[in-house]
Amino acid sequence: MSELLIRHACVVDPVNRISGEIMDLAVRDGRIVESVSDRAEVIDAQGFLTMAGGIDSHTHICGTKVNFGRYMSPEDMRAGRTLKKGQMHSTSGYSVPTTYGNSYRYATMGYTAVLEGAMAPLEARHTHEEFMATPLQDTMANVLFDGNWPVMEAVRDRDVKRVAAIVAWVLTAVKGFAIKITNPGGTEAWGWGKNVTCIRDPVPYFEVTPAEIIETLIRANEILRLPHSVHLHCNNLGTPGNYSCTIGSMDVAPDLNKERQSLYVTHVQFHSYGGTSWKDINSKAHVVADAVNRKPHIVIDMGQMMFGKTTTMTADGPMEFNLYKLHHNKWSNHDVELETGSGIIPVYYSRKSIVNSVMWAIGLELALLIKNPEQCLLATDNPNGSPFVKYPEIIALLMSNPYRQAEIATLPPETESRISLPAIDRELDWNEIAMMTRAGQGRALGLRKLGRGHLGLGAIADIAIYPLSIGAIDPSKEYTRVIEALRLTRYTIKNGKVIARDGEILSNRNKTTIWVRPKIPEQHRMDHDPDFIRNFERYYTVRMSNYPVQEAYVPESTCIETEAVW
Amino acid sequence: MLHEDVVCPFCACLCDDLKVETDNGTIVKVDNACDLGNHKFLTDDDHRLKEPIRRTPSGWTSATLQHAIDRTVEILLGADRPLLYGWSGTHGEAQSIGVHMAEVLGGVIDSTTSVCHGPSILAIQEVGHPGCTLGQVKNRADLVVYWGANPIEAHPRHMSRYTTYTDGFFLDRAFKERKVIVVDIRRTQTAEVADEFILIKKGGDYAVLSALRAIVRGKSDMIPATVAGVTKEQLLRIAEMCKKAKFGAFFFGMGITQTQGKYKNIRNAIELVDELNRHTKFTLTPMRGHYNVYGFNEVCTWMTGYPYAVDFCRGMAFYNPGETSAVDILARKECDACLVVASDPAAHFPKDAVRHLGEIPTVQIDPYPNTTTAFCELQIPVAVTGIDAQGTSYRMDGVPIRVKSILNRGYPTDTDILGEIYRRIKEAKRV
Ligand code: SF4
Ligand SMILES: [Zn+2]
Repeated sequence: MSELLIRHACVVDPVNRISGEIMDLAVRDGRIVESVSDRAEVIDAQGFLTMAGGIDSHTHICGTKVNFGRYMSPEDMRAGRTLKKGQMHSTSGYSVPTTYGNSYRYATMGYTAVLEGAMAPLEARHTHEEFMATPLQDTMANVLFDGNWPVMEAVRDRDVKRVAAIVAWVLTAVKGFAIKITNPGGTEAWGWGKNVTCIRDPVPYFEVTPAEIIETLIRANEILRLPHSVHLHCNNLGTPGNYSCTIGSMDVAPDLNKERQSLYVTHVQFHSYGGTSWKDINSKAHVVADAVNRKPHIVIDMGQMMFGKTTTMTADGPMEFNLYKLHHNKWSNHDVELETGSGIIPVYYSRKSIVNSVMWAIGLELALLIKNPEQCLLATDNPNGSPFVKYPEIIALLMSNPYRQAEIATLPPETESRISLPAIDRELDWNEIAMMTRAGQGRALGLRKLGRGHLGLGAIADIAIYPLSIGAIDPSKEYTRVIEALRLTRYTIKNGKVIARDGEILSNRNKTTIWVRPKIPEQHRMDHDPDFIRNFERYYTVRMSNYPVQEAYVPESTCIETEAVW
Repeated sequence: MLHEDVVCPFCACLCDDLKVETDNGTIVKVDNACDLGNHKFLTDDDHRLKEPIRRTPSGWTSATLQHAIDRTVEILLGADRPLLYGWSGTHGEAQSIGVHMAEVLGGVIDSTTSVCHGPSILAIQEVGHPGCTLGQVKNRADLVVYWGANPIEAHPRHMSRYTTYTDGFFLDRAFKERKVIVVDIRRTQTAEVADEFILIKKGGDYAVLSALRAIVRGKSDMIPATVAGVTKEQLLRIAEMCKKAKFGAFFFGMGITQTQGKYKNIRNAIELVDELNRHTKFTLTPMRGHYNVYGFNEVCTWMTGYPYAVDFCRGMAFYNPGETSAVDILARKECDACLVVASDPAAHFPKDAVRHLGEIPTVQIDPYPNTTTAFCELQIPVAVTGIDAQGTSYRMDGVPIRVKSILNRGYPTDTDILGEIYRRIKEAKRV
């Protein structure tokens, strides 16, 4: 039995309606409890801001394309090196750090769980290998279904049960967490160097539309009763005028779940552009935010873009090629048979660029115009919009209008007429920030009931204590202090153990990989389906028996079993 | 006992459809493998080193495993600048321990990459890599190009599993519909089955690639009558085939990475493929040799940020191939101890580098005696990954496959031995 008592914590825990109360938190065996014995280890939180561990619901930190981002970019590796020190391995990388680099940086920012945004099932083993080398966060993986042949065939046959059965087989086989669709249909078209423009374009050969793929997968998701909803990266990313496509995609989503959203739309900043070309691009964040405000069954994340150097990487192969043709830097692409694609290019977001300035404003506008913070989560699509180490700055921007105005003053003057940010004076409070960085993620991922994203009795004792007395400062004016404090926790606690203190890592390993195993009726399982097996053996280049990720790749494993409603 | 869907641990095709029959601890039959794969499975038993051996003034003598590990730890701890080299013939879990070990020791770790596809990586680091998994090629490609690669001899099932001779979803009569272009400086066996064979003068790859790029860009009028021995007429024909293809797949081998021009050749090839993507779909894949040479690049990258040739002497990862690569460190007589794992540097390195291996304490961890054995002080035999050890391996296209253990020959695995050495080193260094 291990016990911990955190005294004088200034707790912000919106799920349990605690908003800046000074209190003690008792922890036994990794869970929050009513009280502990006097033998408990004691930590004095000194009245500092204390929240549940941060959860990143969309980030790219592990797997084939992330590693290729490192592999092709020694210049980025050199840009972020740290020495081997104590328990810490040396690290490399600024926008695409090594696994230890990601893990340490997230830990010292108070993040204890992360969802890898895109895992190609065929290469899942790779993602899990990197998860094993990401020692201090609980890890989950979105599984890509955007160009899955058997799924598209079943969608074409309007057989939602079959779609559910295929998804169940794949998720179980690859030890994945949720259904991800990246540019639905577009990644398959990219197999021929083509793309789809929006949700009504048919996918070459398969003759299904992105809209049909999205809707059927949402229904299949709820048949399987998965913890998370479908996680969508819309078609047409990063194109002027794409906001209507984004809204159209949201309109496709039925409202099927009482406890959480039915559709999670990711990095919406990249999908809220007005205009007809790069010349007249403008923000349509207000239109998209309106749509989200009217649709409680949709949750989005910001996909905030921050100025500076980074690397873009996504399963959206055609988008990356288009981006490459703009930037002429270097381009990698990796299409995955029967499943999906991916692309990578380095970019520099400049505040001298009107386009980049508009992008920067859009992310913030979304967060400020969407009324319920649990419907707009804080993320940068790390590292696409910016590396996650910029989260503290984003939080400060959301909490301070003066900070925003000061930033706007540094942008090209032409920007102002294309955005609505200068006129928005909303400033978020700590409750809202907690909702956007942990509580909302707990709900959106379906993990709140499992004790994540909050600090109620029985919750998992993942706790972040930031060196900031929130009662004593005004974030609107003292935003630089907010940034400083959020960069480095005083303590990060995971499962009741201190893993980081003042930037120093104090644990070798403290994690689990969360994955799902949906149970469906035996007779519908794909392992018995002659068609599925025949096509698998005929068109994949690995045998079906060698495809599933073995137990050896999840030495620390939390399997969520669900019972499908068939 | 019949083992199905066994993975072949020989070349980076990583065929996973073998049937292997074992009886009483020996392999009696292998189905579906090529000659190279067959040979590895069927003659494995004859070649194994039975126990650790150590060199004495009067010749080789056997050593206990305990002694062998003690001595290895002593050598590594006593070295100022140890080199940990090899890694392409073992599983990822062992490679990962190797990287950790290099970090704790402040040593240099490098893999066989630096003498095979190292130049490809340098080119990729300049211009990127438009690639795909092999199944994309199998199901879609109507044009396959092998440049400086001879799969019939080096990757015997490449064409039958992934390209020319295999069924493809989008091809009705795949064998007839797919065209094959082979480019080489001599008429190889693979050239014999090509629809178009381009015979290039030695050292002419760069020029021919440039010519093709120019033609694809619409600048054919500047091309002379012949380029490195290739007629303009043929170049025009080839460029047209490439542009007309629905899906083209470009494979390249050491005939272009390790010849005149080296990484510049690859950069040019990548830029040609990039150019072709403005007309149609084209991908590019290096024909990696050893079954898990790519795995080392992957492991080393997520752990250190760099695919090979990593120097930890500054307490963090430093990468500069040509300076931090094994051949260079040996030739400069910089390292004062060497651990060789799952490779045979003495068979491939230049003379100077090999000579230095013999002058410093060198330990080899390898199932078989090989050329390098002659330069070692100590060799520890281990289980063969894919026969009596399991673990992760990365195919040439990056698809990770778990290689199986199909019998037990009583050897420790690379992971066992390296894990123990690493544990002892950490203990001594108090980490
Ligand atoms: S092609 Fe390579 S992997 Fe396949 S059987 Fe032959 S040697 Fe083994
Ligand atoms: Zn993403």
